[in-house]
Amino acid sequence: MNNFKLNSNAPNGELHTKWEDYKKTLNKLTPEEANKYKVIIIGTGLAGASAAATLAEKGFNIHAFSYHESPRRAHSIAAQGGINAAKNYKQDGDSVMRLFYDTIKGGDFRSREDNVYRLAELSVNIIDQCVAQGVPFAREYGGLLDNRSFGGVQVSRTFYARGQTGQQLLLGAYSALSRQTNAGKVTFYPRHDMLDIVTVDGKAKGIVTRNLLNGKIESHSADVVILATGGYSNVYYLSTNAMASNVTANWRAHRKGALFANPSFTQIHPTCIPVKNDFQSKLTLMSESLRNDGRVWVPKKKNDTRKAVDIPEEERDYYLERIYPAFGNLVPRDVASRRAKEVCDNGQGVGNTGVAVYLDFKKAIKEKGEQFIKEKYGNLFDMYQNITDENPYKTPMKIYPAVHYTMGGLWVDYNLMTTIPGLFSIGESNFSDHGANRLGASALMQGLADGYFVAPHTIMDYLATENPDFSNKTDQKEFVAAVEETEKDIEDIMSIKGDLVVDEVHRELGKVVWDKVGMARDKKGLNHAIDSIPKIKEKFWKNVSIPGSDKDMNQELEKALRLKDFIELAELMAHDALDRNESCGAHFREEYQTPENEAERNDKDFKYVAAWGYNKNGKPSLFKEELKYKNVKLKTRSYK
Amino acid sequence: MNINLKIWRQSSDKKDGKLHDYRLENVDPNISFLEMLDILNNKLVKEKKDPVAFDHDCREGICGSCGFMINGRPHGPQKATTVCQLHMRSFKDEDDILLEPFRAKSFGVIKDLSVDRKSFDRIISSSGFVSVDTGEAGEANYIPIEKNNADEAFLSAACIGCGACVAACKNSSAMLFTSAKVSHLALLPQGEKEQADRVNKMVATMDAEGFGACTNTGACSAECPKEISQTNIARLNREFVKAQLGSFIKKK
Ligand SMILES: Cc1cc2nc3c(=O)[nH]c(=O)nc-3n(C[C@H](O)[C@H](O)[C@H](O)COP(=O)(O)OP(=O)(O)OC[C@H]3O[C@@H](n4cnc5c(N)ncnc54)[C@H](O)[C@@H]3O)c2cc1C
Ligand code: SF4
Ligand code: FES
Repeated sequence: MNNFKLNSNAPNGELHTKWEDYKKTLNKLTPEEANKYKVIIIGTGLAGASAAATLAEKGFNIHAFSYHESPRRAHSIAAQGGINAAKNYKQDGDSVMRLFYDTIKGGDFRSREDNVYRLAELSVNIIDQCVAQGVPFAREYGGLLDNRSFGGVQVSRTFYARGQTGQQLLLGAYSALSRQTNAGKVTFYPRHDMLDIVTVDGKAKGIVTRNLLNGKIESHSADVVILATGGYSNVYYLSTNAMASNVTANWRAHRKGALFANPSFTQIHPTCIPVKNDFQSKLTLMSESLRNDGRVWVPKKKNDTRKAVDIPEEERDYYLERIYPAFGNLVPRDVASRRAKEVCDNGQGVGNTGVAVYLDFKKAIKEKGEQFIKEKYGNLFDMYQNITDENPYKTPMKIYPAVHYTMGGLWVDYNLMTTIPGLFSIGESNFSDHGANRLGASALMQGLADGYFVAPHTIMDYLATENPDFSNKTDQKEFVAAVEETEKDIEDIMSIKGDLVVDEVHRELGKVVWDKVGMARDKKGLNHAIDSIPKIKEKFWKNVSIPGSDKDMNQELEKALRLKDFIELAELMAHDALDRNESCGAHFREEYQTPENEAERNDKDFKYVAAWGYNKNGKPSLFKEELKYKNVKLKTRSYK
Repeated sequence: MNINLKIWRQSSDKKDGKLHDYRLENVDPNISFLEMLDILNNKLVKEKKDPVAFDHDCREGICGSCGFMINGRPHGPQKATTVCQLHMRSFKDEDDILLEPFRAKSFGVIKDLSVDRKSFDRIISSSGFVSVDTGEAGEANYIPIEKNNADEAFLSAACIGCGACVAACKNSSAMLFTSAKVSHLALLPQGEKEQADRVNKMVATMDAEGFGACTNTGACSAECPKEISQTNIARLNREFVKAQLGSFIKKK
């Protein structure tokens, strides 16, 4: 693998015709031909469900797996704010080119031009598709689709369904999937955890699963395997992700040879409900859309214990509006998060813990009326009140950044194929489009672009070069070996019989990753993480306790199997962050900042994707994909 | 605060279950109900006992995973709130709290508080969709939709598929769930065309899955965490009659 060169496999040609031209050159299969192939998809969130439905429509036989009981439970369901598309309905100068540029710039020039342009181009088709499925997007009085604006951009291009956009989009994709289940083209395996990938002659040909109801370990074979398994924010223990979101599928693929790209590029979302106590199990996001009408501030005075209402206007620091007059409260997430940390570190934080800032709607309520605010954000306000027992119509919300999204993921080429032939990765699970920072409302867009409009074409092209083989190959030696390996892992974990609860170890891991590989990183801290994570690993393997049997539903075992992979990933994240001696987007290295405390990029030395290879005993090996910018000029990001 | 829990423990649908008593002391009223169960489970694991199984994932009231009976009510005492959004401040010191799984013929118990709701997926896949292939869609703004209709469709589409309506109903009817999907699509021009076929198939599947008949008691809507309205049921009934009439006329 040492001489291996990473190639994005993007076709040549003009940026804006590239994808359409390329699509024409791809191999096609008729539905009759496609019917001879079997496709495995792990994950039925937005990316997985949309890909499964579309490939089934094209004639392929889909076997879809999820640890959820139903596709509708996937983490995608929780996305609140919206989905971007360059429709330019508001006639405010939006265009595919502009969405492309905003995304590249938002990602701090660490993503691939070709992929991002394609994403921007496909964004418009997504909205058409979703509306046709019956997704009830918000509309204006005239009956046309409504838009709002999101962080990091100056146009209104975000489509939304109240604060439940992810829910409505996922229900749309789920309905398309259900239609194919009904047609007999999709077999859904609920409550199945995928625990390993099987490769035969270097190609992905199957998976190993554990049935969560009875603990049965099985393998399944297919002609191609697609991972749509979401992000790994839960490596931090506390994040806004659903409780079960995890890295296992990606990590097992990584251990089998798939490179893992930019693992340390993790997004911290600026507006979440702050941690309240030690039992906290997860964090709740307050959608970024709130920054359209909410103003962020802290008291000018340090350690000010007065109530928000008692602090007069002139003693408040609306620091985002002050530092960034052009974008104000709508700066990108990484910037807003870092500034919140800075004011809190400086003693200006609010609330009992001093680790929070205000998000204030007083002005908007006064100018636009409470009813308007209720219409737009009612469910978010209710959720806030329910969790905190405070009324945000009356007192400002308290918010603080929390881990939210992972830009890093499996390295994929332009076709969304990993470095293992026949293994594709789509949605949040790949690293593809967001560079070092994702803009709001762009994850849903990417998941659906991958699933509905990209992967179905590139996977068909791949399959056209493979001989279909419908036979069950699970008695081949590669499958048998993978099953045995998984069984051994489970046996090992069950036999530890220590005295630590899985969550205790996870919390300890999370604290290290948050402190050292979180919002701000430095060399000393990263080295500390690299030293301490192996100790946590040892603790896990010596001391964790799993009651009950592995032959039943066993939720502690499920967590343990996920945690063991998170621990290994955490170490890789620290290596990645240490290796990147620059600041870019969400990756902020204390050593590399401008005098105004902004990220200081180093394009000369770090204009690349860091793709890491797994070595069983030893340090990970780094492969670089040099990023080329032909259509945009590299600039220092400025939101002032 | 201190609480006395009575929790239904059942190792699988093949075994009998029974209630067990647990006491938790010094519970912070500001933690969520599921965090309280996390604490109980941590304690059980420390004592080498089997923790209580329950479904949950988003803990934001949107995925529909969580749900069980608390003192006889699906999702507990607070209106329009899923279990995961319920907080201990809704209870008093020394309260007795009874936890049982949703009970319905069509929802088998998997373990403890976790039940099998796959029948809901089967109702949707029978025809809870618009038949449009990827790539076939026209420009989104060609068909304007009156804001009121779009808003109403959204309210129906907000169902999270948790099953509380079934658990609340003395007949274990899935009418609220099914009618929410029927209404969502009936209210939009995209869904209108297939409406007759849709309602026929969804109702037939609902019956085949063993859900009971709707006798309009309204218990479902009262306990629904998303406040899905009973008008959905009235709309389903209208659509159903229309569909039956339609096929009657066609046959003639
Ligand atoms: C609170 C919140 C709000 C958000 N709001 C927005 C927003 O407004 N706009 C936006 O663009 N983005 C938003 N995002 C981000 C966006 O929701 C996600 O990036 C996106 O939904 C991910 O979709 P996905 O299909 O890639 O993965 P997921 O939806 O996470 O689906 C993963 C699937 O994989 C399955 N799976 C995973 N591992 C395994 C395994 N080992 N075995 C079997 N199955 C497995 C799961 O069961 C699931 O079906 C938000 C995220 C959060 C946390
Ligand atoms: S109608 Fe309400 S109670 Fe029934 S499944 Fe939907 S959200 Fe749950
Ligand atoms: S855990 Fe998702 S709705 Fe309660």
